[in-house]
Order: sequence, then structure tokens, then C-alpha cells
Amino acid sequence: MSNDLETFPVRSGEDVVKARQIVRSRAIDVGFSLVEQTKIVTAASELARNTVIYGGGGEMRIQRVFEGPRRSGLRLTFEDQGPGIADIELALRDGFTTGNGLGLGLSGARKLSHQFDIWSKPGEGTRVTITRWK
Amino acid sequence: MERIPILKLENVLLVSIQVDMHDQLALALQDDLTQKIVATRCRAVLIDISALEMVDSFMGRMLGNIASMSRILDAQTVVVGMRPAVAITLVELGLALPGIRTALSVDAGLALLREVLERPDESADVE
Repeated sequence: MSNDLETFPVRSGEDVVKARQIVRSRAIDVGFSLVEQTKIVTAASELARNTVIYGGGGEMRIQRVFEGPRRSGLRLTFEDQGPGIADIELALRDGFTTGNGLGLGLSGARKLSHQFDIWSKPGEGTRVTITRWK
Repeated sequence: MERIPILKLENVLLVSIQVDMHDQLALALQDDLTQKIVATRCRAVLIDISALEMVDSFMGRMLGNIASMSRILDAQTVVVGMRPAVAITLVELGLALPGIRTALSVDAGLALLREVLERPDESADVE
């Protein structure tokens, strides 16, 4: 696997499936255990779905990251130019949803990641970045 | 449109999910199963997810919906074959799949369904 940043479109249900498969393959490249792979793939699935459903489509960026000589991990960014999130605190709460889901997408992705950053501005879009270390 | 096959074996509807499902496919399965329960009058549904490498909140909700809808249509559902990594991830995600009966294998799932259907009040034991 290269350490370059890769970008993939996330615009449809099929793209969500593809995003999962790409993340799985990169997680294997980094040397994640099966449980770690499953966690980051599941987090990616939640965020990719949000990008399609709430953001009206966007992109996923994926990059291998390093910290010190031994520690490596995977960083994923999901970005859309959709309506944005008015109240991020509320959106991160377990069970909160404006759609018809369980409201576990954002909060679940955060729980499955080691680092979680969210930026959103109403009318401009949303960007969520997660990192999972090996 | 692509569909997940539903097989009828004696009085059990069998579903084995072998593909990485997109959301529309999961919703179609939900619809197809409820229709099939009514059409065949089967009182048992077995869903094999041993091929699924991950279950996210959407798929978890779909499994819960199938179990609830089946129950209302007088059928019982069991989900079998969940991989350990999937179970660990689901719980960490905050999804414990309440109301869904599970078994480790197809055999154990069929035995559980038989047992549940033979009980006088089979619908009372799911918390």
C-alpha cells in the first residue's frame, strides 16, 4: 500500500459498499487484526451512509498515518457539501436522528475510532475525520 | 433488481446473506420476507449471516425489523452464524440487538425454532 492520500466518491449505496471494501483492504495492508478491521470498516460504513443520505453525496479520503517509528494507523475523512449539521453536540448523541435510522451512525463511528474530528457549517457541508491506530 | 433468495424448507424460510449488502438490498429483503411469510404461512425464519464481515447500525436495524415484523405475522426469527468480530463491534457500537434470537449455527438455529414453536406461548420469551 502506498502512503499517499487516496480519494473515492461516496454518492450512492453501491459506493458505500465499495468504501467498506476499500477500507477493509487498506486495514489489512496496515496489519490490523480482524476485530480492528471490522471496527474501522463498520465506522466507515456509518460515515459513508451519512455522506450519501444527509450530505447528498461527497467523498472519502483514506491515508495511512504514522506516529513515531512504530505506530501506524488509518485515517479516513468523509466530506460533503450538503446542508451541514446545525447542532453537532446533538447529532453526536446516541439515538439522535433526523432521518429514519437508529441515530447510531455518528456516535457509533466515534466509539469505534481512536480519534474523531467533526467540522460542519450549515449550508456548507460536513467533514468527519476518524483515525484508528494499530 | 438484484435480490437475496429466500428458500422454503418444510415450514422454515431460510435466508443466507452471501453478499455485502447495500441498503436498498437490505430493505428489499425485509419486504420480500414479510410477503413470503404470509404467502407460505411459514412460522419460522432463519437468517444466516455467517458470510457477513460486518453488520452496521443499518443492517442491525434491518435484522430487528425482520424479527418484529415476523412476530406480528405469527412467525419466529432466529439469526445464526454471527462472526465474533462482528459481535464485538456491534456491542461497541451500542447495538445489542434486543429482541433478536440468535444461535451459533444453522443446526442450532433450527433446533431453537422448533423448540420455540412447540412451546404453548412461544411469543412471550423475547425480552
